[in-house]
Amino acid sequence: MTEKPKVAWYWCASCGGCEESFVDLAERLLKVFEAVDIVFCPVAMDFKREDVEKLPDGSITVALINGGIRLKEHEEMVKLLRKKSKIVIAYGACSAWGGIPGLANLYNLDEVIERKYLEVPTVENPKEVMPTKKTIVNIPEAGIKAEIELTEPLPVLLPLDKVIDVDYYIPGCPPTPDVFWNALQALLSGNLPPKGSVIGASQKSVCDECPLNETKPEKILVKEFKRPDKAMAKPNECLLAQGFLCMGPVTRGGCKSLCPQANMPCTGCFGMLDGIVDFGGKAISYFGSILDYSPLEEREIKDAYEKVPDWVGVVYRYSLAASKLGHKARLKKVERIKEVTEI
Amino acid sequence: MSDFEPKIVVYACNWCTYAATDLAGTSRMSYPENVRIIRVMCSGRVDPQFVLQAFADGADGVIVAGCHPPADCHYLEGNYKAYRRFELFRKLLESFGIEKERFRLEWISAAEASRWVQVVNEMVAELKKLGPLKKNLEVKE
Repeated sequence: MTEKPKVAWYWCASCGGCEESFVDLAERLLKVFEAVDIVFCPVAMDFKREDVEKLPDGSITVALINGGIRLKEHEEMVKLLRKKSKIVIAYGACSAWGGIPGLANLYNLDEVIERKYLEVPTVENPKEVMPTKKTIVNIPEAGIKAEIELTEPLPVLLPLDKVIDVDYYIPGCPPTPDVFWNALQALLSGNLPPKGSVIGASQKSVCDECPLNETKPEKILVKEFKRPDKAMAKPNECLLAQGFLCMGPVTRGGCKSLCPQANMPCTGCFGMLDGIVDFGGKAISYFGSILDYSPLEEREIKDAYEKVPDWVGVVYRYSLAASKLGHKARLKKVERIKEVTEI
Repeated sequence: MSDFEPKIVVYACNWCTYAATDLAGTSRMSYPENVRIIRVMCSGRVDPQFVLQAFADGADGVIVAGCHPPADCHYLEGNYKAYRRFELFRKLLESFGIEKERFRLEWISAAEASRWVQVVNEMVAELKKLGPLKKNLEVKE
């Protein structure tokens, strides 16, 4: 009997949605277990870092890595997995382009830490306990003396391909079970496109597979931009033509246009189509084009743009960390993380 | 920062601004040599991606220049598109913490060589005050 291909599955700065998409394969999951051996999967199985270190280099067939690289620990782990694996796949939007956690690149790490530990309305932290690199615990009565070290955060979140060499990308937030299944088929059959390609999804845009595309007028012109929390979309009518900020035209298809069909504009979780170098740049290019005012109507143009409070969040929702600029300019040194705390 | 020479990428419309830069040359006007002019057929052809690419590749400032609205555009309303795009683009730059002086959208007709010289002079002076963009984009650990 030939040996089954070995698969490693690791998570970095991730919400767990990508793991969820694995479970969503439902009964097809049994076929996956028949076909492969899972050698490392912190979310579900008790293999440790040492177990991966013991494997010979290149012995893992495929490493699926989801989540962005936010901590030094993530960086070390993905470098280790790169060494041990033949194929490394960036799984999901965070790993491929930074995803939602990548939006934190618009703030200094200090601001992120303050927000997380002090300001968020659901956080109660009267003693202002903040993260510490090293904690020394010394309780002589109980005979406890120990040092605990935490991994350090990186100054910005990085997509996987800025840290290690990535072979393929599986897009989505999270990837749909069908996309994952298609990608698995391609991997198991060995019928793979050139390195650096996106697998499992389409080469065409979301609009191409969207049934609402039929209702799109010859030329789209809008007088205002709408958001789904402020305006009701008419069913069965192209959302972009109604003025909703739908990312469909620049986003890769493969999701079967699930969101537009449920009257929600596409947010771009499948990432950019081949040939686009900056997702947000391309998106504002067409949002600007469809606004139906001449430059003489300066006020109207300003008002139309003012109505959307967070343009970066719209056009770079999943791709800010992989954008041309990548993060905010003049990020300051981190001061809110203490070196040592003694208890 | 007195010896800092900013790099400026200019996307100039073939029909007006590019002709204005030619006129500035044939009229023997002098202006700082910090500009790199890229001729495009229309300011409406300039994708915001081009500007982002220029910044990412080391430009300290970018100028997109085209024909005066409302009626000068060779393609009727290419400059309208450029205006609407780059008004929105300014919002992105603001969110990324990039000073608004680093990007200019200008209307310069084929006859306005002196305006061209003035724009370049102004921008070079402003960028010298701001310093290199690359330094601002470095991540400090």
